[in-house]
Amino acid sequence: MAEILVLVDHVDGAVRKTTLELLTLARRAGEPAAVFLGSGFDAARDTLGEYGAAKVYVVEAPEFEQFLVVPKAEALAQLAQSSGAAGVLITSSPEGKEIAARLAVKLGSGVITDAVDVAADLTTTQSVFAGGYTVTAQVTTGAPVITVKPNAVTPEPAPATPAEEKVAVAFSDAATKARIVERKPRAATGRPELTEASIVVSGGRGTGGDFGPVEALADALGAAVGASRAAVDSGWYPHAYQVGQTGKTVSPQLYLAAGISGAIQHRAGMQTSKTIVVVNKDPEAPIFAMADFGVVGDLHTVLPQATGEIRKRQG
Amino acid sequence: MKIVTLVKHVPDATADRTFTAADNTTDRVGVDGLLSELDEYAVEEALKIAEAGDGVEVVALTMGPDGADAALKKALQMGADSGVHVVDDSLHGSDAPATARVLAAAITKVGDVDLVLTGMASTDGGMSVVPAMLAEHLGLAHVGFVGELAVSDTAVTARRDGDVASETIEAALPAVVAVTDQINEPRYPSFKGIMAAKKKPVETWTLADLGVDAGAVGLGAASSTVREVVKRPERAQGQVVTDEGDGGTKLAEFLAAQKFI
Ligand SMILES: Cc1cc2nc3c(=O)[nH]c(=O)nc-3n(C[C@H](O)[C@H](O)[C@H](O)COP(=O)(O)OP(=O)(O)OC[C@H]3O[C@@H](n4cnc5c(N)ncnc54)[C@H](O)[C@@H]3O)c2cc1C
Ligand SMILES: Nc1ncnc2c1ncn2[C@@H]1O[C@H](COP(=O)(O)O)[C@@H](O)[C@H]1O
Repeated sequence: MAEILVLVDHVDGAVRKTTLELLTLARRAGEPAAVFLGSGFDAARDTLGEYGAAKVYVVEAPEFEQFLVVPKAEALAQLAQSSGAAGVLITSSPEGKEIAARLAVKLGSGVITDAVDVAADLTTTQSVFAGGYTVTAQVTTGAPVITVKPNAVTPEPAPATPAEEKVAVAFSDAATKARIVERKPRAATGRPELTEASIVVSGGRGTGGDFGPVEALADALGAAVGASRAAVDSGWYPHAYQVGQTGKTVSPQLYLAAGISGAIQHRAGMQTSKTIVVVNKDPEAPIFAMADFGVVGDLHTVLPQATGEIRKRQG
Repeated sequence: MKIVTLVKHVPDATADRTFTAADNTTDRVGVDGLLSELDEYAVEEALKIAEAGDGVEVVALTMGPDGADAALKKALQMGADSGVHVVDDSLHGSDAPATARVLAAAITKVGDVDLVLTGMASTDGGMSVVPAMLAEHLGLAHVGFVGELAVSDTAVTARRDGDVASETIEAALPAVVAVTDQINEPRYPSFKGIMAAKKKPVETWTLADLGVDAGAVGLGAASSTVREVVKRPERAQGQVVTDEGDGGTKLAEFLAAQKFI
């Protein structure tokens, strides 16, 4: 069976959930081979085996942390060629897409981004035009390079003992052209990662700048917090939490929008959520049209009451 | 310094966007088009650099069918110095790799380019891959997702907010930089700008002018294909209640009934 390469998304060996999703998808199409670039493999080994990596390629080099994506793209290209991989799966993040773009050119392969599902023959499903259409597509040239959105599939354990192979990569001059001179890790919030969360509570201009009620409800539900661009542009919440066309795309089980009108650019980032709940004081707000449940009312009273009731029910 | 800013002509996102039934490509004929909103930020950034320095030339470049030069016109009205429109019947249905190859050839033909500025994604295809592919073809550094940019005669310094960290990146010129909508506030063309744009030069180049083989681009050479397009069913509106002092309780009841608590 041909190998499907899965690029491991990790921070110092802490493997992100999206990687487990990719391994689960890769098992459908071939033999999952994890590609671990950088330091910290010891911390990642067990997790990758637990989710079915039949093989792990480990490349350790300081370049991965010192420069933007090119060293990663070069390492992947070398491995894809030497292993004769039938496809490469990468997480759909800004970095993941940059790697995919360069890799596709290096391999002469077709590339598909933002897949929400990948079938056994590597046919993909995507959601396009602000979620208005579902498209099935297939790469027809070379080994497909596919970036997959978080939450495409539920990670399924499939314990294996991966064969480990340490690989050396010689980087080109092009690999060291964009140097990272400073990196400030984002402060931990203690909440789930926005794109991975199964519940997201978002606030917009209607919060008037007070995200307290939004955060309190999110914490009662174990949810991530999101924001509209109006809230971000007002400086009320960091850009990293923006949901929409130029922010994050989320597809949680439950999306709760409070004080958000539902502009197309916002809908583009949350339209495929399973259940949508809306709190807005304007009954004419367009976002009600997509709500499974809506409350016409002031979020400053409705959210705290809901939070209190949830806490009560939780005991 | 010479800056090329990439501007894509796209169907209006606020109107109905569709696919051409014959070949499942984006319908660019029966729709209103405009300069991709996210490319306005690249044009604005180029103009800011031009205004801050001496002898900075800004060239707007687009690849697209007849009519796509409307995107150039907007860029010229905002303040770009000249425009290049790559248009050729063979280009219909080109995928991202082919688009990047053609744009790379056009940038090479423009010549002596120090900086290529692009949007973070086109608002129609929205793959966010063309700038990195372009950099790969040109053998240049690419910094994407840039929210803050400083340019010297020899290098760029960029800040970008990633998923796990905020990063500062340095790259020597020439380089490709893709900017986000956080970087600036694009200007509206002034009356003076609109009048001046009429006299600015726009060149039209074909694939032959670029020395790109027509067989390497277009639908026939696409490296991926759309098998099926299905319109997503409109979401049916569910129950909406008006808060009469119990809105929050009702919300919690709904969440409990749906097993979220
Ligand atoms: C190129 C481009 C990219 C964009 N990208 C994004 C993006 O990624 N994400 C995004 O979100 N937007 C994006 N936008 C902006 C988008 O068009 C809207 O402007 C934005 O989503 C509006 O945010 P909002 O709904 O919070 O604010 P508004 O549209 O002002 O809506 C506020 C809502 O709050 C309600 N409200 C007010 N007070 C209360 C209260 N006390 N209780 C309850 N409800 C209340 C109001 O009735 C109203 O419906 C983009 C725009 C452009 C041009
Ligand atoms: N046909 C095109 N003409 C000019 N610029 C383009 C074209 N396609 C893509 N670009 C540029 O590349 C960016 C990213 O495009 P995409 O990879 O399609 O999301 C856009 O914001 C544009 O700046």
